[in-house]
Amino acid sequence: MPHDRAATPAAGGPPGGLSLAAAGLRSSRGADDTFRVVLGAFALLVIVLVFGIGFSLAMASGPSLQKFGLSFLWTSKWDPVHDTFGALPFIYGTLVTSALALLIGVPVSLGVAIYLAEMSARGSAVVLSFIIELLAAIPSVILGLWGIFVLIPWVRGSVEPALGRALGWTPLFSGPAYGIGMLAAGIILAIMVIPIISSVARDVMLAVPQDQREAMYALGATRWEMIRGAVLPYGRAGIIGAVILGLGRALGETMAVTMVIGNRPQIVASLFQPGYTIAAALANEFSEASSSLYLSALIEMALVLFVMSLLVNAAARRLVSRVTSSVIAP
Amino acid sequence: MSVATISSDHVRRRRLTDRAMTWMCLAALLVAIAPLASVLGYVTLRGASSVTWDFFTHLPAPVGEPGGGMVNAIAGTLLVVALGSCIGIPIGILGGLYLSEVGGGRFGWWVRFTADVLNGIPSIVIGVFIYALIVVPTRHFSGFAGGVALGVMMIPLVIRTTEEMVRLVPASLREASYALGIPWWVTMLRITLRTATAGVLTGIMLAVARVLGETAPLLFTAFNNPYWSLRLDQPIATMTVQLYNYAIAPYDDWHRQAWAAALVLMTLTLVLNVAAKTAGRRRFANGR
Repeated sequence: MPHDRAATPAAGGPPGGLSLAAAGLRSSRGADDTFRVVLGAFALLVIVLVFGIGFSLAMASGPSLQKFGLSFLWTSKWDPVHDTFGALPFIYGTLVTSALALLIGVPVSLGVAIYLAEMSARGSAVVLSFIIELLAAIPSVILGLWGIFVLIPWVRGSVEPALGRALGWTPLFSGPAYGIGMLAAGIILAIMVIPIISSVARDVMLAVPQDQREAMYALGATRWEMIRGAVLPYGRAGIIGAVILGLGRALGETMAVTMVIGNRPQIVASLFQPGYTIAAALANEFSEASSSLYLSALIEMALVLFVMSLLVNAAARRLVSRVTSSVIAP
Repeated sequence: MSVATISSDHVRRRRLTDRAMTWMCLAALLVAIAPLASVLGYVTLRGASSVTWDFFTHLPAPVGEPGGGMVNAIAGTLLVVALGSCIGIPIGILGGLYLSEVGGGRFGWWVRFTADVLNGIPSIVIGVFIYALIVVPTRHFSGFAGGVALGVMMIPLVIRTTEEMVRLVPASLREASYALGIPWWVTMLRITLRTATAGVLTGIMLAVARVLGETAPLLFTAFNNPYWSLRLDQPIATMTVQLYNYAIAPYDDWHRQAWAAALVLMTLTLVLNVAAKTAGRRRFANGR
């Protein structure tokens, strides 16, 4: 937790605390100060970057902000030919695919995290965690390639017909099976968020003190009762943080989604239908935006995505760092 | 008597629940690993039959002509990633050194917080930012813009791992250095940072592996280029963007090239990841 660090200065500490070494070498004092300022400047650069991103996106989306105002967010007409832009279909697609990803990904991730933290032997847990983390390292464009040639045919041939037969009476699973569409995007996003959610949730569970577990066992609990009664409640904030961290990844994921979602700006109930997300629209349309209003509308969508991921990440870090103080890998 | 049977039923039910949940969690693990196995399998099989010598030595063939390779994109990727590293690594290391050695207080908290936020910003948004910052003023796509975009993405990763790794250096080493009258700033660079070299390298390798596979921030910064070019002020081909263009095109020849590119990219990123993580783990084992 950052506050702890602030309270206890790092070992060694800045030269102010070391009058013994510094007193004899008054001349090096100036060099030390200069060096500290240089280091601080590089650290400051990070803050400047984040504010710079927000500022420059806001500036560049000016024309669109002026013309459409806030209604940009809830109008659904996206017509580059007539310079009319509304972001709703993209926001809808982003939220629906992310929600699907969490719906599929969270139960699996929690199962994985519980298995790795509580059920498997130490040695195999290390190896299995390593394998799960490798999944996070696969470039998203490669997952997209796999999505086009392996996942889509499977979704079209098996998943969607089966869902249609069982749940076809609901609007969510009605209509012809295209393969490409919201469902495929949700599945590929689930694959991408599972490594993140499960590894952060595992870290959170490992940070639960041992005496919590022993107390449950002392009451005669089985292992599952111990997990439900001690580990999950204790780590709840951190586990929610892990899920939100996964949400952040799903909201902004670009390449794999672009390659399987079908890229059609529409709002329809059926998950079998093609859709569009903000990130996919940026990837597809940015370099061919013909008018300056078109370009600034796209940049305004990037701004929306930026604000979303800012809020989501800030919330997640806060929740996770409450439980574990270690660095959370992306 | 009846009490005993009820309680033994109860115990049996609890045991069954326990066992069922264990199997459910194991099943979840298998569900999580299955796509990984499938991706690795397909990329290896389809890629291996498509990676040829030509892939590494020839320029892309025009549509309809079989053969050709990606030598320009391979060179482009290396160049753009190298440029990104030149930007991201020094800033990350010095910023991380600040956080570990100086950065208490409110300012340090803000740096850590924004680094985490920057890490979570979608890469496509970084691409849009660099587009507005560099491509619009210079009026054309360039390898330079692509490199800067990747550099920005590397900063938060390098900063946080450097901070953690430098923090692990024992205080006694620093104190020994001070006792010899060595100034603080020399101690930082020659003792603290050097002791943490292995850990810092781990962070760098992970950061390089991550940006190596990035496509989104390059789409409208580095753009693409069908010809041989190493000029940083011109559009430049990269493996990821090329892979994307080939994958969504309707030609079988291009699909083969895409699988080949996927195999090469995946091998590179996985090797970097495995190397970084095993190195990091060994370091930890020694530290304890």
